[in-house]
Amino acid sequence: MSRMLTLRIVVVLTLALGINYVAWRWLFSLNWDAWWIAVALVAAETYSLIDVTLFGMMMWRAYTRPAPPAPAADATVDVLIATYNEPIDLVMTTALAAREITFPHRTWVLDDGARPELAAAAAAAGIDYLSRGTEWIDRPRHAKAGNVNNALMETQGEFLLILDADQIPRPEILDHTLGYFTDDKVALVQTPQVFSNVTIEDPLGSQAPLFYGPIQQGKDGWNAAFFCGSNAVLRREALMHLGILGYVREVESSVRTALRDASRVVRGARRHPAARTPAVAHALTEVAAAIRQARAAIRHDEPLAEVTFALHERVDAAAAGIVVGEVTSLADDLRAIGELGGGPESPYLLDVDETIARLATRELSPFKALEAVRAALDTIAIDRGHEAQPVMPLATISVTEDMATSMRLHGLGWKSVYHNELLADGLAPEDVGTMLTQRLRWGQGTMQVFLRENPLLQWKMSVPQRLMYFATMWSYLSGYAAVVYFAAPIVFLVFGILPVSTNAWDFFLRFIPFMVANQLLFFVAARGIPTWRGQQYSLALFPVWIEACTTAFNNVVLGIPLNFAVTPKTRQAHTGPQWHLIKPQLTVMVLLVVAIIVGCVRLFVNGAEPIGTGVNIFWAVYDLVVLSVLFKAATYRGFTPEAAEEEHPDQ
Amino acid sequence: MNFRTETIAGDVAAIRADGRLNMVSAPLLRQVVSDAITAGSVRIVVDLSGVDFMDSSGLGALIGGLKLARQAGGDLRIAGATPQVALVFELTHLDRILQNHATAETAYRD
Repeated sequence: MSRMLTLRIVVVLTLALGINYVAWRWLFSLNWDAWWIAVALVAAETYSLIDVTLFGMMMWRAYTRPAPPAPAADATVDVLIATYNEPIDLVMTTALAAREITFPHRTWVLDDGARPELAAAAAAAGIDYLSRGTEWIDRPRHAKAGNVNNALMETQGEFLLILDADQIPRPEILDHTLGYFTDDKVALVQTPQVFSNVTIEDPLGSQAPLFYGPIQQGKDGWNAAFFCGSNAVLRREALMHLGILGYVREVESSVRTALRDASRVVRGARRHPAARTPAVAHALTEVAAAIRQARAAIRHDEPLAEVTFALHERVDAAAAGIVVGEVTSLADDLRAIGELGGGPESPYLLDVDETIARLATRELSPFKALEAVRAALDTIAIDRGHEAQPVMPLATISVTEDMATSMRLHGLGWKSVYHNELLADGLAPEDVGTMLTQRLRWGQGTMQVFLRENPLLQWKMSVPQRLMYFATMWSYLSGYAAVVYFAAPIVFLVFGILPVSTNAWDFFLRFIPFMVANQLLFFVAARGIPTWRGQQYSLALFPVWIEACTTAFNNVVLGIPLNFAVTPKTRQAHTGPQWHLIKPQLTVMVLLVVAIIVGCVRLFVNGAEPIGTGVNIFWAVYDLVVLSVLFKAATYRGFTPEAAEEEHPDQ
Repeated sequence: MNFRTETIAGDVAAIRADGRLNMVSAPLLRQVVSDAITAGSVRIVVDLSGVDFMDSSGLGALIGGLKLARQAGGDLRIAGATPQVALVFELTHLDRILQNHATAETAYRD
C-alpha cells in the first residue's frame, strides 16, 4: 500500500507542477511575434499535460488484483483460435497447446482462409474446425469480428477463450481466469500479450509492458480494462446480450429509414407516365396508404415484425391488382431491364436519390418504374439482409472490434477484469514493415471507435470509464505533438526564432521540476519495467499515428475505405534495410543534424545567445536519440524473415 | 429441453418448447425452425408457454428463425411467453420487434 501512496503523491505533484508550467506558458511566456510556432508549441505541451493527467488518473488505481476464486466446476468453455492466413504449422502449434489446456473445454480453429489443409490437420488432431458458411458470400465479412461472430452461432460454451493464431496458451490459462466469472456481472477477463520471440533489446518495440501491466491495471481499477482481441475469456451471455440489443437498434433505425425512402420513391413513381394507367395509379395509391399506415403504427410503438408483415401483405394485394397487359409492352421492358442493369444489385441496397432522379427523367420504362417501387419496399425488412447474420455480438464498427466491444459491454453495466499473469506466449512480427502495418491498424481502429462512438458521449458509462477509453484515443493524437516537438528546436537553431518569450531562469524554474516529476511518475508507475523503448516508439512512429488519424477520419466522415491508403508492405525484410518505410523520420533526422550544425556555427561564430542555443541543441540531440531506434528497426532481420503477416480483408 | 412441431390451423407449424431455452438448446431450435421451413411450413409460431428460462442465445435463435421464415416468404411469431420470459424480451428491447401472442392458435389470427 505504501507504493500506492508514493504513486499518488507523485501523481499529484506531477499534475500540480504541470499545470503551473503550462499555465505560465499560456499566460506569460508566449512569443506572439512568432505566434505560428509559439502557439503550436504551447498546444503540444497542453496536449502532453492532458495525456499525463489521464495517465495519472489511471495510476491512481493501478492495483494488483488478489487471486480469483476457484472456477465453477461445471463451466463450459469453447477455445476459439482465429486465423486468416498464418502458416498451418503456427496455427496447429497454438491449437495443440489449446487442446492441452487443463480445464475441460472444446477447441475450435476458426479459419477465415477456409484452407482444406488446415481442416485436415485439425481433424487429424481431433480439433474442431469452422469456416464461414454460404451466408457470408457477397456480404461484409468484418474480418476477425465476423469470424468470431460466425463461431458464436455454431458453438455453445458458456465462456469463450479467444486466441490469435500466434498466441500459444499455457495449460493453466482457464484455471486461473474462469474464477472471476463467479461474479455474474463479469463479462471479460483479459490477460497480457507478451512475445517470446523478442530479444531483451526488443528492436521493434513489440512488448508493451507498461500497457499489459500498470496501464491495464489502472483502467481495471476504474472497471475499464479493455478487450485486446486475444488471450481473453468472454462470457457468451454478455456478447449475445450486446448482439440482441444491436439487432433491435439496427432494425428500428433501418425500418424507419426504409419507410421514409419508400414513401419518397412512391411519390416519384406516381408522377411517372406509368401511373396514368388507372390500375397502376390505384395500386400506387394503395401502396402509399400502406406505407402511411405502417409509419403511423410505428409511431404508436407497435412491434416491427407485425408492422412490416402487414405492410408487405397489403402491398402484395395491391400489386396483384395490376393486370400485366395494362403495362405497355412488357416483353420489351423485360429485355430493357437486362440491358439497363443499373438497378439495385441487392434488395437491401437502394440508392434512393438515384432511383427518384431516374423516375423523374422518365428514363425508366413503366415496368422498371414499378420495379423501383418494389425494390424500395424490399428494403423494409427486419432480417438485416445486408449482413450474413442478423445478430452480430462483436462490434463491427472498427478494425479494432475488441476495444469497441468492451466499451459497449461497459456501457451495458458489465464488468471487466485485467488479470496480470503471463498465460500465453505470443509471436511478434519480425520485420519493420509488418510492425508498422500492425501499429497503423491499431491506431486506425482506435480512431474509428473515437469518431463513431465517442466514449465521452457514452452516458451509460461512468465518467472515469469514459476517460479511460478516451485516454487511449488521446494518446493516438501524439503524432501531431511530435511534429511540433521536432520542429521547435529546428526553427530556433536555424532561424533564431524562439517560441518562448522569457528569461532562462523563469523557464527552468517551472519546466525542470515538471519534467523531473513526470519522469519520476513513469519510473514509480513502471515498477522497474523497462519503458524507454515504448517512449521512443511513441514519438518515433509519429507518421504512423498521423496516418492513422487521417485515414480513420476519411473513413468515418468521408466514407473512404481504410485500405485506400496502402501502406508499403510489399518488400519483405530479407531484401535488406527497410529505409523506404521510415522516410519521414529520416528527413527529420537530417534536419535535426543540420540544425545542430547551424546552431553550433551561430553559437561559436556569430555569438548567439548561449543558454537558448544550448537548450535547443540538447533538445535536438534528445530527438535524435529517440529516433535512432528506427535504425535498429529498419535493419532488423528477425528470427524467421517469413514471419506471418497478420492481414485481414477489412471493411 | 425438447421441441415438438405440429401443424395447427391449416398451414401453421407450431413449435412447442419445454424447459430452458438457452445457449445449449438455441442451436437446436434454429435447426427445428429450419427443418419446418424445409418441410414447407413457412408460417411458424414458437410456443414459449413451457419455457421457464431464456437467455440472449435463446433470443438469438428466435431472430435467426425469423430471418429464415421471412426469407422463405413466411413469418415466425411467438406465443404464450410467461412473465419471466416476457421480461427477457423487455430487457433486450426485443419486444419492440416481436409481439407475444396469447396462444399459438391465435398467433396468425389477424
